Amino acid sequence: MSFEMETAPHPEQLRRVAIEPVSRVEGHGKVTLLLDDHNRVQQARLHISEFRGFERFIQGRPYWEVPVLVQRLCGICPVSHHLCAAKAMDQVVGVHRLTPTAERLRRLMHYGQILQSHALHFFHLSSPDLLFGFDSEVARRNIVGVAAAHPDIARQGVLLRKFGQEVIRVTAGKRVHGTSAVPGGVNKALAVAERDGLLKDIYDIIKWSREAVALTRRLFEQDPDTYARFGRFDAGALALVRADGAMDLYHGGLRARDVAGEPIFDHVAPDTYDDYIHEQVKPWSYMKFPYIRSLGPDDGWYRVGPLARMALCDFIPTPFAERERKAFLAFDDGRAAGSTLGYHWARLIEMLHAAEVIKDLLQDEQTLGTELMAEGARQGRGVGIIEAPRGTLIHHYEVNEEDLVVRANLIVSTTHNNNAMNQSIREVARQYFDGRELSEGLLNHIEVAIRAFDPCLSCATHALGRMPLEVTLVDAGGHTVDRALRDPGEAC
Amino acid sequence: MSTSPTFTLDGREIPFEAGQTVLQAALTADVYIPHLCYHPEFKPHGSCKVCTIKADGRHVSACTWPARHGMVVENATEELDDLRRTLVQMLFAEGNHFCPSCEYSGHCLLQAVGYDLQVETAGFRHFFPVRPVDASHPEVWLDLNRCILCELCVRASDEVDGKHVFGLSGRGAGKHLIVNALSGRLADTDMAATDKAAEVCPVGVILKKKAGFRVPIGERPFDREPVSAQAARYAPRPPARHREED
Repeated sequence: MSFEMETAPHPEQLRRVAIEPVSRVEGHGKVTLLLDDHNRVQQARLHISEFRGFERFIQGRPYWEVPVLVQRLCGICPVSHHLCAAKAMDQVVGVHRLTPTAERLRRLMHYGQILQSHALHFFHLSSPDLLFGFDSEVARRNIVGVAAAHPDIARQGVLLRKFGQEVIRVTAGKRVHGTSAVPGGVNKALAVAERDGLLKDIYDIIKWSREAVALTRRLFEQDPDTYARFGRFDAGALALVRADGAMDLYHGGLRARDVAGEPIFDHVAPDTYDDYIHEQVKPWSYMKFPYIRSLGPDDGWYRVGPLARMALCDFIPTPFAERERKAFLAFDDGRAAGSTLGYHWARLIEMLHAAEVIKDLLQDEQTLGTELMAEGARQGRGVGIIEAPRGTLIHHYEVNEEDLVVRANLIVSTTHNNNAMNQSIREVARQYFDGRELSEGLLNHIEVAIRAFDPCLSCATHALGRMPLEVTLVDAGGHTVDRALRDPGEAC
Repeated sequence: MSTSPTFTLDGREIPFEAGQTVLQAALTADVYIPHLCYHPEFKPHGSCKVCTIKADGRHVSACTWPARHGMVVENATEELDDLRRTLVQMLFAEGNHFCPSCEYSGHCLLQAVGYDLQVETAGFRHFFPVRPVDASHPEVWLDLNRCILCELCVRASDEVDGKHVFGLSGRGAGKHLIVNALSGRLADTDMAATDKAAEVCPVGVILKKKAGFRVPIGERPFDREPVSAQAARYAPRPPARHREED
């Protein structure tokens, strides 16, 4: 179904439009569109054309180094990789239950990461599109423009992210690339002064998070047709849930539902993930295509991340966020929950949830404990799964008797969303590109769709300003018939 | 009543005892001179040259140059720091020093000296040599990527442990650390985690297993103060003794 526009039957007869790059920093991707004589899109693909190789060069390194090494995958969500690897290595050292303090400190770090990442994505990167319009004046469509037109919103965005980074600093040791999660526990206790420093600001953080959710809800209410229709498609979903079905972003079992919302599996133990999820390789992208094994690669793809988590959890265990989740799911007969732009609304509900969880953890005296490490019997295999800001993150390691990693398999959130992002681009291309001349605003519609997923690998949405884009329309004879260029000088 | 002999170091008068080197006298007086292969419990080695000073106008290694009454020593000058920066850049280029994921980060003398000298660029094209990790021993592992050939482990194993576990082999750019086993594996030597050789490496080649990253950021030796503010830490101590003398 979703592969209808993945491969055109006679590509040699079609004109090719390439959007390259759609990223600047560690991710590198491009979009290609094949158009027929009537400018109808026949094929649309998001290619991830970079190659990182972390799974390979982790091999041969000692297992206790991995949580620190592997977080260098990313400068935006290193905490997710750090904690996910630490969870896998907990199993390698035979620790199946952390001390109560260690678990709370890791959760605190993780929810700080959720808060700062979601704030960064919405306020700094996506709000210009949403507040000004997808094809609004380019010079204004950035965070500086938001700061000028909506100074309170911009200020709150900056302070929300700063708070999340501060939570990470006091738990991990640094705002970016800390070291505190070690196999079997954590290396750093939380000082009373550090706790109190965060507590004094937490009620402002919750208040601003609630206002941010309300802002997104208003955007949907003002233009429900655009917001619920843009890049909309039905898809399966995958996420961790707690044993009682609650949203839990740090630990739980895997739950999956198919495109009709019917259960595929539930409460699957993380260490058996590979019985349920496989990956497919396609020749046109370095990013793999995961799928649910029982459904096969054609029907088994799914969405992860905020949208999937909203749909899959039975409830959010904090009061403000749960109220907002219900409103989100009820909006327009559930149409927001399947909309690509629904990711934004769902993401901010999670930001609110993270703020509430942080408050609860800071008020829990066990968070200030000093029993940080547990011990167990050494094992050869470890699987960690966590709900990273962008979705389900899986780390799987095999460790030999010399304590060196011999195999690593990482399925990152954006990889799970590979098919879904491609599908979203196809929907947007179908809705907006057909028969129209190329323009900057048109190109931005593609970016808006990609940006909604907050893809980490391409980092397209984690570069301030505009992505450097060049689109060239080439006829079947290889002659350029149209060209649109954005100033590449602003690329970082 | 006798007066201690002295020399001047960057204009400051430094007293010394007979037999002391310039580096020993300076560190005793809490004056820092950059160094890497020097260790307060071992005889000076003079191989890394990072402690190069100008004594009476002559470039010499402070760790081996005997202090002499009335000598005029230059240390913290831009010329000498430039030379030291180049030496440190060459050491970084010669090995594989991946500080971001290294468990010795914050403990590492090479990193600390690099920060202190404000080494901000690579300076040289890195060699990226292929060097093995030896994790065969149950308690100690070797990451030879970081070796700067200071021979402190060689000296510790010879002089204190009496085991001769480590040695250098090869010449020039091919020189490398080896262990005393036909298999070439640490597990086949009589190395023990309690050996002096297991605790003297300044750059994290020889490490105890399963202990990495246990010290949080902020509490590692070079987190609070730069190495140049910790001169007294390197002041001469009684020499490390052979185990059999204990």
